[in-house]
Amino acid sequence: MKLPIYLDYQATTPVDPRVLDAMLPFLREDFGNAASRSHAFGWKAEEAVEKAREEIAATIGASGKEIIFTSGSTEAINLALKGVVEMYASKGRHVVTSLAEHKAVLDTCKHLEKLGCEVTYLKPDKTARIAPEQVRAAIRPDTVLVALMWANNEVGTLNPIREIGAVCRATGTLFFTDATQAVGKVPVDVEADHVDLLCLSAHKIYGPKGVGALYVRRKNPRVRLAAQMDGGGHERGMRSGTLNVPGIVGLAKACELARTELAEESARCRALREHLHERIERELGYVVLNGHATERLPGNLNLSFHFVEGESLIMGISDVAVSSGSACTSASLEPSHVLRAMDVGEDLAHSSIRFGIGRFTTREEVDYAADAVVKAVRRLREMSPLYELAQEGVDLKTIQWQGGH
Amino acid sequence: MAYSDKVLDHYNHPRNVGALDKASPDVGTGVVGAPECGDVMKLQIQVEGDRIVDAKFKTFGCGSAIASSSLATEWLKGRTLDEAEKIRNTAIVEELSLPPVKIHCSVLAEDAIKAAIADYKRKQGEESNPAQPAGARRN
Repeated sequence: MKLPIYLDYQATTPVDPRVLDAMLPFLREDFGNAASRSHAFGWKAEEAVEKAREEIAATIGASGKEIIFTSGSTEAINLALKGVVEMYASKGRHVVTSLAEHKAVLDTCKHLEKLGCEVTYLKPDKTARIAPEQVRAAIRPDTVLVALMWANNEVGTLNPIREIGAVCRATGTLFFTDATQAVGKVPVDVEADHVDLLCLSAHKIYGPKGVGALYVRRKNPRVRLAAQMDGGGHERGMRSGTLNVPGIVGLAKACELARTELAEESARCRALREHLHERIERELGYVVLNGHATERLPGNLNLSFHFVEGESLIMGISDVAVSSGSACTSASLEPSHVLRAMDVGEDLAHSSIRFGIGRFTTREEVDYAADAVVKAVRRLREMSPLYELAQEGVDLKTIQWQGGH
Repeated sequence: MAYSDKVLDHYNHPRNVGALDKASPDVGTGVVGAPECGDVMKLQIQVEGDRIVDAKFKTFGCGSAIASSSLATEWLKGRTLDEAEKIRNTAIVEELSLPPVKIHCSVLAEDAIKAAIADYKRKQGEESNPAQPAGARRN
């Protein structure tokens, strides 16, 4: 077993060797510009791009013409939100989203607010889910877009997308979903799920960084977008810029693998996740699962460890790569906005760790991680004044803390 | 973020983790911070005459908070109360090479030292003159 162990698959994933093999010819001999119409180099690149478009579309139940290539999900989100709001300004300027969305959505919404839009931020429940009824209640005649993520990147919770999509469709409101974490992990079908716009990213599904796509529905209804990147009119004018051919080919291969291996891979990841969860819970106690117990990504385990601060725990398991909802790892001193929106309690938000299991995770690695976590948590609890108080039978909620920052 | 070698050393080998008898009249206890802010420090001193003969800590917080309190207990041992009161967070920042985002950890350690000394002085004040209100200074 090689150290350090990578358990941060929601942050990014390694490129699958099969994806790299598919990409290499387009970095070497087939380096043409897909927009070059006058020679074989360009034709070959264009052919590869069009084939890739079909492959990616098939993964989400769409058609090739509905795929716009971007540099990744952040760009796709910006294009979807800003593009819809600009294009449908005559209908209204109201957007519905949630407090648990990724910063790419939240910060784009903040930007839209500055431009005069009104945004409703739905509050998720304690498991980070948004209910279809909340969406129905928030939609107004001037609502131009509902933007809700498929799977939460921090706690792995899956939103009831099909039901939310049905609400949007029934009210004639466009529905965008950030499916960055969902594609390749859970079945995605834009037709059955009533999705009008959807973004995905290659590097979350064992493809390269720097490439992603936006799905834009072409009929029932036809979605129109105002371009946010002006230039040569690539991607039917919706996103100018020379196409990243090797990246696009890699994204397509990653999608193909994700689609064909989804059932087997998600079962394997889920089993590993359950094993890790079970071991930690059995050997430690005072452990809380963040997110939904069953409606969650197969490879996501987000736990809060009572009486232990997240960053100090990460230091204690230095050869296991995980991430924390604690703020201490970031420049701000605020803990994760997702855990706050879920009302898990600020103390537990500071104690959260996200374990991300993926394609190359082994049972041996999971056991190593469980051993490391159990050992580190025990050591840190021994030096935690909160653990000491709890051992003495003091209810921490009854204490008046002072001098906090 | 990379930690300084000294922070790592204190984190991996914390000095003086533990507890002193908080009911004892010659022990001063300071608890500062709050769980919802991500750090709580408990710092205790045992005093003989005007000199600190032992110090213990327990900390809930990031590695820098643990290192700051561990270092504080090291510095407290053997010092007089007057000397201990002069320990400033800036000295802790310098010794541990804390980055700007971690300065609050050193501030918390300084607060914990002051709170422990104040608690000890209050206990001594109450003992010599029980009529005085809590928190009154003896000198």
